[in-house]
Amino acid sequence: MSYLYAAYIATWLIHLTYIGSLVRRYNRLRREIGELKNRS
Amino acid sequence: MKRAFPILAILTVTLLAYATYQALVVAPTERTMGEVQRIFYYHVASAWTAGLLFFINFVASVVYLARRNQKVDALAVASAEVGVVFCTIVLVTGPIWARPVWGIWWTWDMRLTLTLVLWLIYVSYLLLRRFSSSGQTPVMAAVLAIFGTLDMPLVYFSIWFFRTQHPQPVMGNGGSIDPHMLHAFFVNLIAFTCFGLLVCWARYRLEVLRLEVDEMQALESLLEVRSSR
Repeated sequence: MSYLYAAYIATWLIHLTYIGSLVRRYNRLRREIGELKNRS
Repeated sequence: MKRAFPILAILTVTLLAYATYQALVVAPTERTMGEVQRIFYYHVASAWTAGLLFFINFVASVVYLARRNQKVDALAVASAEVGVVFCTIVLVTGPIWARPVWGIWWTWDMRLTLTLVLWLIYVSYLLLRRFSSSGQTPVMAAVLAIFGTLDMPLVYFSIWFFRTQHPQPVMGNGGSIDPHMLHAFFVNLIAFTCFGLLVCWARYRLEVLRLEVDEMQALESLLEVRSSR
């Protein structure tokens, strides 16, 4: 049973880490766009 | 299309919750392997989704080489990156299943080795895209992706071509499966496919946004050069 939970937790940990990295990258790009618009 | 994203995200999360319930609660316990067999529902679904995303990457790479369209290239990057995430899950959940069933975490079996090679090819694809600053990077990456795709049929057919430790498919091979297990399997397959495509879409939008930022920065530096003259 512990192996099943380990696999399940690993699966969602990988997915959530990746989604977190997407959100971080998206926020950074939005910030860059804001800065570029302020400068122009 | 942007408005459809939150609706599709809610539908996908609901489908994933239902699929998890089917896999962990509704599907009966397998007689020989016990509870650990339930890993199969998301291990196989992840493998299928990774294969689908690598296939999208292959098609986008071929189209990019023919047309040199930046948005098609963005789709190639997005599908490769999300495909690597799903392939990582396959390589992590497989050994977790193998330890209690085979007594070992890993063996250099043909199916396992070829899957690792597939993962390494696409990781090198992403590293090439990340660290190469050459203008030819998308072309080189597209060629690498096409070669990488050649490994996919080898991974799939390896269990027929070679003597392997990896289980043979139950369906379509003379075997039978409990209807509840079959239902849980297909629900998970659909849920993971929808989730994979949704994340790929989000990654594609991010890549398009990055292209726009690059364009704005290039335009800004051009204007700076002009005003300084």
